[in-house]
Amino acid sequence: MSTVAEPPPVGMPAGRPPRASASAGEVMRPALHRIRRLRRETHDTFTVELQPEGGGPCAPWLPGQFNMLYVFGVGEIPISISGDPQSPVLVHTTRAVGRVTNEMSALRAGDVVGVRGPFGTPWPLEAARGHDVAVVAGGIGLAPLRSALYGLLANRGDYGNVVLLYGTRSPQDILYRHELERWRARFDLEVHVTVDRGLPSWHGNVGVVTTLIHKAPFTPRQAVAMICGPEVMIRYSGLELQRRGVEAERIYVSMERNMKCAVGFCGHCQFGPYFVCRDGPVFRYDQVADLASRWEV
Amino acid sequence: MNSLEQHLSEHPFFMGLRPDHLALLSGCATTTRVEGGEFLFREGQPARSFYVVRHGSVAIASITPHEGLVVIQTVGDGDVLGWSWLLPPYHWHFGAYAVEPTTLISLDAVCVRGKCEHDPVFGFEIMRRFAQVMASRLEATHLQLMNVYEHRR
Repeated sequence: MSTVAEPPPVGMPAGRPPRASASAGEVMRPALHRIRRLRRETHDTFTVELQPEGGGPCAPWLPGQFNMLYVFGVGEIPISISGDPQSPVLVHTTRAVGRVTNEMSALRAGDVVGVRGPFGTPWPLEAARGHDVAVVAGGIGLAPLRSALYGLLANRGDYGNVVLLYGTRSPQDILYRHELERWRARFDLEVHVTVDRGLPSWHGNVGVVTTLIHKAPFTPRQAVAMICGPEVMIRYSGLELQRRGVEAERIYVSMERNMKCAVGFCGHCQFGPYFVCRDGPVFRYDQVADLASRWEV
Repeated sequence: MNSLEQHLSEHPFFMGLRPDHLALLSGCATTTRVEGGEFLFREGQPARSFYVVRHGSVAIASITPHEGLVVIQTVGDGDVLGWSWLLPPYHWHFGAYAVEPTTLISLDAVCVRGKCEHDPVFGFEIMRRFAQVMASRLEATHLQLMNVYEHRR
Protein backbone atom coordinates (compact mmCIF):
# COMPACT_ATOMS: atom_id res chain seq x y z
CA MET A 1 0.00 0.00 0.00
CA SER A 2 1.35 3.38 -0.92
CA THR A 3 1.37 6.03 1.72
CA VAL A 4 0.78 9.73 1.82
CA ALA A 5 3.47 11.83 3.39
CA GLU A 6 2.63 13.31 6.74
CA PRO A 7 1.04 16.74 6.45
CA PRO A 8 3.02 19.67 7.73
CA PRO A 9 2.81 20.17 11.49
CA VAL A 10 -0.40 21.85 12.46
CA GLY A 11 0.00 25.60 12.35
CA MET A 12 2.84 25.60 9.85
CA PRO A 13 1.80 26.06 6.23
CA ALA A 14 3.77 23.80 3.90
CA GLY A 15 6.33 25.61 1.81
CA ARG A 16 6.07 28.90 3.69
CA PRO A 17 7.85 30.15 6.74
CA PRO A 18 5.66 30.34 9.83
CA ARG A 19 4.00 33.69 10.17
CA ALA A 20 5.29 33.95 13.71
CA SER A 21 8.41 35.46 12.10
CA ALA A 22 6.38 38.58 11.25
CA SER A 23 5.72 41.10 14.00
CA ALA A 24 2.23 41.59 15.38
CA GLY A 25 2.11 45.08 13.84
CA GLU A 26 3.04 43.78 10.41
CA VAL A 27 0.44 41.03 10.28
CA MET A 28 -2.32 43.36 11.47
CA ARG A 29 -1.58 46.07 8.88
CA PRO A 30 -3.62 45.73 5.68
CA ALA A 31 -1.91 46.30 2.34
CA LEU A 32 -3.85 48.45 -0.10
CA HIS A 33 -5.19 46.60 -3.13
CA ARG A 34 -7.16 48.00 -6.04
CA ILE A 35 -10.13 46.15 -7.49
CA ARG A 36 -9.38 45.12 -11.05
CA ARG A 37 -12.74 43.50 -11.66
CA LEU A 38 -15.81 42.51 -9.66
CA ARG A 39 -18.29 40.13 -11.24
CA ARG A 40 -21.44 38.43 -10.07
CA GLU A 41 -21.29 34.62 -10.16
CA THR A 42 -24.80 33.69 -9.00
CA HIS A 43 -27.67 35.64 -7.45
CA ASP A 44 -25.82 35.88 -4.12
CA THR A 45 -22.14 35.27 -4.89
CA PHE A 46 -19.48 37.42 -6.51
CA THR A 47 -15.80 37.31 -7.40
CA VAL A 48 -13.40 40.14 -6.78
CA GLU A 49 -10.01 40.40 -8.50
CA LEU A 50 -7.35 42.48 -6.75
CA GLN A 51 -3.94 43.90 -7.54
CA PRO A 52 -1.55 45.54 -5.10
CA GLU A 53 -1.86 49.32 -5.11
CA GLY A 54 1.14 50.86 -6.85
CA GLY A 55 1.99 47.68 -8.77
CA GLY A 56 4.30 44.89 -7.72
CA PRO A 57 3.47 41.25 -7.15
CA CYS A 58 0.85 39.89 -4.77
CA ALA A 59 2.15 38.21 -1.65
CA PRO A 60 2.87 34.55 -2.49
CA TRP A 61 0.15 32.17 -1.37
CA LEU A 62 -0.83 28.52 -1.55
CA PRO A 63 -4.20 27.00 -2.50
CA GLY A 64 -6.33 26.64 0.62
CA GLN A 65 -5.04 29.76 2.34
CA PHE A 66 -7.17 32.80 3.04
CA ASN A 67 -6.83 36.57 3.24
CA MET A 68 -8.51 39.09 5.50
CA LEU A 69 -10.24 41.59 3.22
CA TYR A 70 -10.98 45.01 4.66
CA VAL A 71 -13.74 47.23 3.29
CA PHE A 72 -12.64 50.52 4.80
CA GLY A 73 -15.16 52.04 7.14
CA VAL A 74 -17.18 48.85 7.26
CA GLY A 75 -15.13 45.94 8.47
CA GLU A 76 -12.82 43.05 7.78
CA ILE A 77 -13.65 39.43 6.88
CA PRO A 78 -11.74 36.25 6.04
CA ILE A 79 -12.14 34.96 2.48
CA SER A 80 -10.37 32.00 0.92
CA ILE A 81 -8.29 32.63 -2.15
CA SER A 82 -10.01 31.07 -5.14
CA GLY A 83 -7.82 32.04 -8.06
CA ASP A 84 -4.97 30.48 -9.99
CA PRO A 85 -1.72 30.38 -7.98
CA GLN A 86 0.16 31.24 -11.18
CA SER A 87 -1.90 34.33 -11.87
CA PRO A 88 -0.58 37.76 -10.86
CA VAL A 89 -4.10 38.71 -9.76
CA LEU A 90 -5.51 37.87 -6.33
CA VAL A 91 -8.99 36.34 -6.69
CA HIS A 92 -11.63 35.83 -4.01
CA THR A 93 -15.18 34.55 -4.38
CA THR A 94 -17.69 34.99 -1.60
CA ARG A 95 -21.38 35.17 -0.85
CA ALA A 96 -23.02 38.51 -0.07
CA VAL A 97 -24.56 37.65 3.28
CA GLY A 98 -23.53 40.25 5.82
CA ARG A 99 -22.69 43.92 6.10
CA VAL A 100 -19.08 43.64 4.86
CA THR A 101 -19.76 41.29 1.95
CA ASN A 102 -22.83 43.27 0.89
CA GLU A 103 -20.79 46.50 0.87
CA MET A 104 -18.00 44.72 -0.94
CA SER A 105 -20.36 43.44 -3.62
CA ALA A 106 -21.32 47.06 -4.34
CA LEU A 107 -17.71 48.15 -4.97
CA ARG A 108 -16.45 48.84 -8.47
CA ALA A 109 -13.26 48.41 -10.46
CA GLY A 110 -10.74 50.96 -9.22
CA ASP A 111 -11.98 50.98 -5.63
CA VAL A 112 -9.46 50.14 -2.92
CA VAL A 113 -9.67 47.50 -0.20
CA GLY A 114 -7.22 46.33 2.45
CA VAL A 115 -5.68 42.87 2.34
CA ARG A 116 -3.95 41.02 5.17
CA GLY A 117 -2.50 37.62 4.52
CA PRO A 118 -2.18 35.03 3.23
CA PHE A 119 -2.92 33.00 6.34
CA GLY A 120 -3.48 29.40 7.29
CA THR A 121 -2.64 25.94 6.09
CA PRO A 122 -2.89 24.91 2.43
CA TRP A 123 -4.41 21.92 0.62
CA PRO A 124 -1.97 18.97 0.51
CA LEU A 125 -1.06 19.24 -3.17
CA GLU A 126 2.49 18.03 -2.52
CA ALA A 127 1.39 15.07 -0.39
CA ALA A 128 -1.17 14.08 -3.04
CA ARG A 129 1.43 13.67 -5.81
CA GLY A 130 1.27 10.16 -7.26
CA HIS A 131 -2.24 9.57 -5.91
CA ASP A 132 -5.79 9.75 -7.19
CA VAL A 133 -7.42 12.92 -5.93
CA ALA A 134 -11.11 13.26 -5.05
CA VAL A 135 -12.21 16.88 -4.65
CA VAL A 136 -15.61 17.15 -2.95
CA ALA A 137 -17.17 20.61 -2.90
CA GLY A 138 -20.48 21.87 -1.59
CA GLY A 139 -21.98 25.26 -2.49
CA ILE A 140 -19.56 28.16 -2.07
CA GLY A 141 -17.02 25.56 -0.86
CA LEU A 142 -16.00 25.18 -4.49
CA ALA A 143 -14.20 28.54 -4.26
CA PRO A 144 -11.27 27.49 -2.03
CA LEU A 145 -11.05 24.20 -3.90
CA ARG A 146 -10.85 25.91 -7.27
CA SER A 147 -7.35 27.12 -6.49
CA ALA A 148 -6.41 23.53 -5.55
CA LEU A 149 -7.81 22.34 -8.89
CA TYR A 150 -5.73 24.93 -10.74
CA GLY A 151 -2.70 23.57 -8.90
CA LEU A 152 -3.58 19.95 -9.73
CA LEU A 153 -4.20 20.76 -13.40
CA ALA A 154 -0.98 22.77 -13.70
CA ASN A 155 0.93 19.61 -12.78
CA ARG A 156 -1.61 17.12 -14.10
CA GLY A 157 0.95 14.43 -14.88
CA ASP A 158 1.95 14.21 -11.21
CA TYR A 159 -1.42 12.85 -10.09
CA GLY A 160 -3.57 9.80 -10.81
CA ASN A 161 -7.28 10.21 -11.52
CA VAL A 162 -8.55 13.63 -10.53
CA VAL A 163 -12.26 13.81 -9.78
CA LEU A 164 -14.36 16.83 -8.86
CA LEU A 165 -17.69 16.12 -7.17
CA TYR A 166 -19.70 19.30 -6.74
CA GLY A 167 -23.07 19.66 -5.09
CA THR A 168 -25.15 22.77 -4.64
CA ARG A 169 -28.71 23.74 -3.89
CA SER A 170 -30.17 24.30 -7.35
CA PRO A 171 -28.99 24.73 -10.97
CA GLN A 172 -29.13 28.52 -10.44
CA ASP A 173 -26.62 28.23 -7.58
CA ILE A 174 -23.90 26.52 -9.62
CA LEU A 175 -20.68 28.45 -9.15
CA TYR A 176 -18.14 28.92 -11.97
CA ARG A 177 -20.55 27.32 -14.42
CA HIS A 178 -18.49 28.09 -17.54
CA GLU A 179 -15.31 26.84 -15.95
CA LEU A 180 -17.04 23.63 -14.87
CA GLU A 181 -18.21 23.14 -18.46
CA ARG A 182 -14.66 23.66 -19.73
CA TRP A 183 -13.24 21.25 -17.18
CA ARG A 184 -15.90 18.69 -18.02
CA ALA A 185 -14.72 18.72 -21.63
CA ARG A 186 -11.20 17.68 -20.57
CA PHE A 187 -10.17 14.04 -20.88
CA ASP A 188 -7.98 14.15 -17.78
CA LEU A 189 -10.49 15.48 -15.27
CA GLU A 190 -13.75 13.88 -14.21
CA VAL A 191 -16.39 16.42 -13.19
CA HIS A 192 -19.74 15.46 -11.63
CA VAL A 193 -22.26 18.06 -10.57
CA THR A 194 -25.43 17.48 -8.60
CA VAL A 195 -28.13 19.73 -7.18
CA ASP A 196 -30.27 19.12 -4.11
CA ARG A 197 -33.39 20.05 -5.94
CA GLY A 198 -34.17 20.24 -9.63
CA LEU A 199 -37.04 20.93 -11.96
CA PRO A 200 -37.60 18.79 -15.06
CA SER A 201 -35.74 21.40 -17.15
CA TRP A 202 -32.52 20.33 -15.36
CA HIS A 203 -31.11 17.20 -16.99
CA GLY A 204 -28.18 16.66 -14.64
CA ASN A 205 -27.89 14.76 -11.37
CA VAL A 206 -30.25 15.47 -8.49
CA GLY A 207 -29.29 14.42 -4.97
CA VAL A 208 -26.83 15.42 -2.30
CA VAL A 209 -23.13 15.46 -3.16
CA THR A 210 -22.44 12.38 -1.01
CA THR A 211 -24.44 10.29 -3.51
CA LEU A 212 -21.74 10.95 -6.13
CA ILE A 213 -18.97 9.46 -4.00
CA HIS A 214 -19.73 5.74 -4.33
CA LYS A 215 -19.42 5.71 -8.11
CA ALA A 216 -16.64 8.25 -8.59
CA PRO A 217 -13.67 6.87 -10.53
CA PHE A 218 -10.85 6.80 -7.99
CA THR A 219 -9.11 3.98 -6.15
CA PRO A 220 -10.02 4.51 -2.50
CA ARG A 221 -6.92 2.97 -0.96
CA GLN A 222 -4.70 5.22 -3.07
CA ALA A 223 -6.78 8.37 -3.04
CA VAL A 224 -6.37 11.67 -1.28
CA ALA A 225 -9.61 13.56 -0.73
CA MET A 226 -10.18 17.27 -0.18
CA ILE A 227 -13.55 18.50 1.07
CA CYS A 228 -14.94 21.99 1.49
CA GLY A 229 -18.51 23.12 2.09
CA PRO A 230 -21.02 23.50 4.89
CA GLU A 231 -19.88 21.62 8.00
CA VAL A 232 -22.71 19.07 7.86
CA MET A 233 -21.85 18.30 4.25
CA ILE A 234 -18.18 17.88 5.21
CA ARG A 235 -19.12 15.40 7.94
CA TYR A 236 -21.34 13.27 5.72
CA SER A 237 -18.84 13.40 2.85
CA GLY A 238 -16.05 12.31 5.20
CA LEU A 239 -18.16 9.37 6.38
CA GLU A 240 -19.05 8.37 2.83
CA LEU A 241 -15.42 8.56 1.70
CA GLN A 242 -14.43 6.35 4.61
CA ARG A 243 -17.23 3.91 3.74
CA ARG A 244 -15.79 3.81 0.24
CA GLY A 245 -12.40 2.92 1.75
CA VAL A 246 -10.51 6.22 1.92
CA GLU A 247 -8.58 6.41 5.19
CA ALA A 248 -9.32 9.38 7.44
CA GLU A 249 -5.61 10.31 7.36
CA ARG A 250 -5.92 10.90 3.61
CA ILE A 251 -9.01 13.11 3.84
CA TYR A 252 -8.47 16.85 4.22
CA VAL A 253 -11.16 19.36 5.09
CA SER A 254 -11.35 23.14 5.18
CA MET A 255 -13.11 24.41 8.28
CA GLU A 256 -14.78 27.76 8.76
CA ARG A 257 -15.04 29.67 12.02
CA ASN A 258 -15.40 33.27 13.11
CA MET A 259 -11.88 34.42 12.27
CA LYS A 260 -10.91 37.93 13.36
CA CYS A 261 -7.17 38.43 13.88
CA ALA A 262 -6.17 35.54 11.56
CA VAL A 263 -3.01 34.77 13.52
CA GLY A 264 -4.25 33.04 16.67
CA PHE A 265 -4.13 36.08 18.99
CA CYS A 266 -7.79 36.72 19.65
CA GLY A 267 -9.23 33.21 20.03
CA HIS A 268 -12.47 33.94 18.18
CA CYS A 269 -12.03 30.94 15.89
CA GLN A 270 -11.21 28.40 18.57
CA PHE A 271 -12.31 24.90 17.59
CA GLY A 272 -11.50 22.48 20.39
CA PRO A 273 -7.73 22.60 20.81
CA TYR A 274 -7.23 24.47 17.54
CA PHE A 275 -7.44 28.00 16.25
CA VAL A 276 -8.86 27.59 12.76
CA CYS A 277 -7.06 30.71 11.46
CA ARG A 278 -3.64 29.50 12.53
CA ASP A 279 -3.90 25.69 12.73
CA GLY A 280 -6.29 25.46 9.74
CA PRO A 281 -8.36 26.19 7.80
CA VAL A 282 -7.20 22.95 6.11
CA PHE A 283 -7.09 20.08 8.60
CA ARG A 284 -6.61 16.40 8.24
CA TYR A 285 -10.03 14.84 8.79
CA ASP A 286 -8.87 12.59 11.63
CA GLN A 287 -7.79 15.73 13.54
CA VAL A 288 -11.26 17.26 13.52
CA ALA A 289 -13.84 14.53 12.75
CA ASP A 290 -14.55 13.89 16.39
CA LEU A 291 -14.81 17.61 17.23
CA ALA A 292 -17.20 18.32 14.35
CA SER A 293 -19.86 15.98 15.74
CA ARG A 294 -19.68 17.28 19.33
CA TRP A 295 -22.47 19.64 20.31
CA GLU A 296 -20.43 21.58 22.82
CA VAL A 297 -17.60 22.56 20.42
CA MET B 1 -26.15 -18.81 -17.15
CA ASN B 2 -28.62 -17.00 -19.44
CA SER B 3 -28.05 -13.40 -20.54
CA LEU B 4 -30.41 -11.96 -17.91
CA GLU B 5 -28.59 -13.84 -15.16
CA GLN B 6 -25.34 -12.54 -16.62
CA HIS B 7 -26.60 -8.93 -16.58
CA LEU B 8 -27.91 -9.34 -13.04
CA SER B 9 -24.65 -10.85 -11.81
CA GLU B 10 -22.70 -7.90 -13.27
CA HIS B 11 -24.97 -5.28 -11.76
CA PRO B 12 -23.45 -3.71 -8.60
CA PHE B 13 -26.67 -4.20 -6.63
CA PHE B 14 -26.58 -7.97 -7.11
CA MET B 15 -22.80 -8.38 -7.12
CA GLY B 16 -21.77 -11.47 -5.15
CA LEU B 17 -25.24 -13.01 -5.07
CA ARG B 18 -25.16 -16.82 -5.03
CA PRO B 19 -25.64 -18.43 -8.48
CA ASP B 20 -28.82 -20.26 -7.38
CA HIS B 21 -30.22 -16.96 -6.08
CA LEU B 22 -29.36 -15.26 -9.36
CA ALA B 23 -31.23 -18.00 -11.16
CA LEU B 24 -34.25 -17.44 -8.90
CA LEU B 25 -34.13 -13.72 -9.55
CA SER B 26 -33.74 -13.99 -13.31
CA GLY B 27 -37.01 -15.94 -13.40
CA CYS B 28 -38.72 -12.68 -12.34
CA ALA B 29 -36.70 -10.38 -14.63
CA THR B 30 -37.24 -8.77 -18.01
CA THR B 31 -35.26 -6.09 -19.82
CA THR B 32 -36.91 -2.74 -20.40
CA ARG B 33 -36.00 0.34 -22.40
CA VAL B 34 -37.60 3.73 -21.92
CA GLU B 35 -37.16 6.94 -23.88
CA GLY B 36 -36.24 10.30 -22.35
CA GLY B 37 -39.32 11.82 -20.67
CA GLU B 38 -41.18 8.50 -20.51
CA PHE B 39 -42.58 7.56 -17.08
CA LEU B 40 -41.72 4.19 -15.55
CA PHE B 41 -44.31 4.69 -12.83
CA ARG B 42 -46.31 7.47 -11.24
CA GLU B 43 -46.90 8.45 -7.63
CA GLY B 44 -49.76 6.48 -6.03
CA GLN B 45 -49.86 3.71 -8.63
CA PRO B 46 -49.45 0.08 -7.52
CA ALA B 47 -45.76 -0.84 -7.23
CA ARG B 48 -45.71 -3.97 -9.34
CA SER B 49 -41.98 -4.11 -9.98
CA PHE B 50 -38.61 -2.65 -9.16
CA TYR B 51 -35.75 -1.85 -11.50
CA VAL B 52 -32.01 -1.93 -11.76
CA VAL B 53 -30.53 0.63 -14.13
CA ARG B 54 -28.08 -0.73 -16.68
CA HIS B 55 -27.47 2.42 -18.73
CA GLY B 56 -29.04 5.85 -18.57
CA SER B 57 -30.61 8.07 -15.96
CA VAL B 58 -33.96 8.12 -14.18
CA ALA B 59 -35.42 11.03 -12.22
CA ILE B 60 -37.46 10.32 -9.09
CA ALA B 61 -40.00 13.11 -8.78
CA SER B 62 -43.05 14.33 -6.95
CA ILE B 63 -45.81 16.78 -7.79
CA THR B 64 -45.83 19.89 -5.58
CA PRO B 65 -48.61 22.49 -5.46
CA HIS B 66 -46.42 25.50 -6.33
CA GLU B 67 -43.63 24.17 -8.52
CA GLY B 68 -45.30 21.25 -10.27
CA LEU B 69 -43.01 18.30 -10.84
CA VAL B 70 -39.92 18.50 -8.60
CA VAL B 71 -37.03 16.07 -9.03
CA ILE B 72 -35.88 14.69 -5.70
CA GLN B 73 -33.15 12.40 -6.89
CA THR B 74 -31.67 10.91 -10.03
CA VAL B 75 -30.36 7.36 -10.30
CA GLY B 76 -28.10 6.07 -13.01
CA ASP B 77 -25.90 3.19 -14.17
CA GLY B 78 -25.54 0.57 -11.46
CA ASP B 79 -28.31 1.93 -9.21
CA VAL B 80 -31.50 0.28 -8.03
CA LEU B 81 -34.86 2.02 -8.40
CA GLY B 82 -37.85 1.51 -6.15
CA TRP B 83 -38.55 -0.11 -2.81
CA SER B 84 -42.29 0.54 -2.47
CA TRP B 85 -42.85 -3.00 -3.83
CA LEU B 86 -41.40 -4.35 -0.56
CA LEU B 87 -43.89 -2.97 1.91
CA PRO B 88 -47.70 -2.85 1.98
CA PRO B 89 -49.72 -1.21 0.56
CA TYR B 90 -47.28 -1.58 -2.39
CA HIS B 91 -47.95 1.83 -3.89
CA TRP B 92 -45.28 4.15 -5.33
CA HIS B 93 -44.43 7.07 -3.03
CA PHE B 94 -42.91 9.00 -5.94
CA GLY B 95 -43.02 8.96 -9.71
CA ALA B 96 -40.04 8.13 -11.95
CA TYR B 97 -39.26 9.07 -15.54
CA ALA B 98 -36.26 8.56 -17.78
CA VAL B 99 -34.08 11.64 -18.20
CA GLU B 100 -32.53 10.10 -21.33
CA PRO B 101 -32.95 6.80 -23.21
CA THR B 102 -32.43 4.25 -20.46
CA THR B 103 -32.11 0.47 -20.31
CA LEU B 104 -33.16 -1.31 -17.15
CA ILE B 105 -33.93 -4.73 -15.83
CA SER B 106 -37.44 -4.86 -14.43
CA LEU B 107 -38.14 -7.35 -11.64
CA ASP B 108 -41.70 -8.46 -11.00
CA ALA B 109 -42.65 -7.64 -7.40
CA VAL B 110 -45.11 -10.46 -6.79
CA CYS B 111 -42.67 -12.97 -8.24
CA VAL B 112 -39.70 -11.73 -6.14
CA ARG B 113 -41.79 -11.47 -2.94
CA GLY B 114 -43.03 -15.03 -3.49
CA LYS B 115 -39.50 -16.34 -3.88
CA CYS B 116 -38.37 -14.38 -0.80
CA GLU B 117 -41.09 -16.02 1.27
CA HIS B 118 -40.36 -19.46 -0.13
CA ASP B 119 -36.59 -19.22 0.40
CA PRO B 120 -35.83 -17.18 3.55
CA VAL B 121 -32.07 -17.16 2.88
CA PHE B 122 -32.71 -15.59 -0.52
CA GLY B 123 -35.29 -13.29 1.10
CA PHE B 124 -32.83 -12.16 3.77
CA GLU B 125 -30.17 -11.43 1.14
CA ILE B 126 -32.58 -9.31 -0.90
CA MET B 127 -33.83 -7.47 2.22
CA ARG B 128 -30.26 -6.85 3.40
CA ARG B 129 -29.34 -5.23 0.08
CA PHE B 130 -32.48 -3.11 0.04
CA ALA B 131 -31.94 -2.10 3.67
CA GLN B 132 -28.56 -0.63 2.66
CA VAL B 133 -30.14 1.31 -0.19
CA MET B 134 -32.93 2.57 2.07
CA ALA B 135 -30.42 3.61 4.76
CA SER B 136 -28.33 5.60 2.31
CA ARG B 137 -31.45 7.20 0.75
CA LEU B 138 -32.63 8.13 4.26
CA GLU B 139 -29.25 9.69 5.03
CA ALA B 140 -29.34 11.64 1.76
CA THR B 141 -32.87 12.81 2.55
CA HIS B 142 -31.76 14.02 6.00
CA LEU B 143 -29.03 16.01 4.33
CA GLN B 144 -31.45 17.45 1.78
CA LEU B 145 -33.93 18.41 4.50
CA MET B 146 -31.20 20.23 6.43
CA ASN B 147 -30.82 22.50 3.39
CA VAL B 148 -27.15 22.86 4.23
CA TYR B 149 -26.39 25.39 1.50
CA GLU B 150 -28.86 27.91 2.82
CA HIS B 151 -27.15 30.74 4.66
CA ARG B 152 -28.52 31.32 8.14
CA ARG B 153 -28.16 34.88 9.33
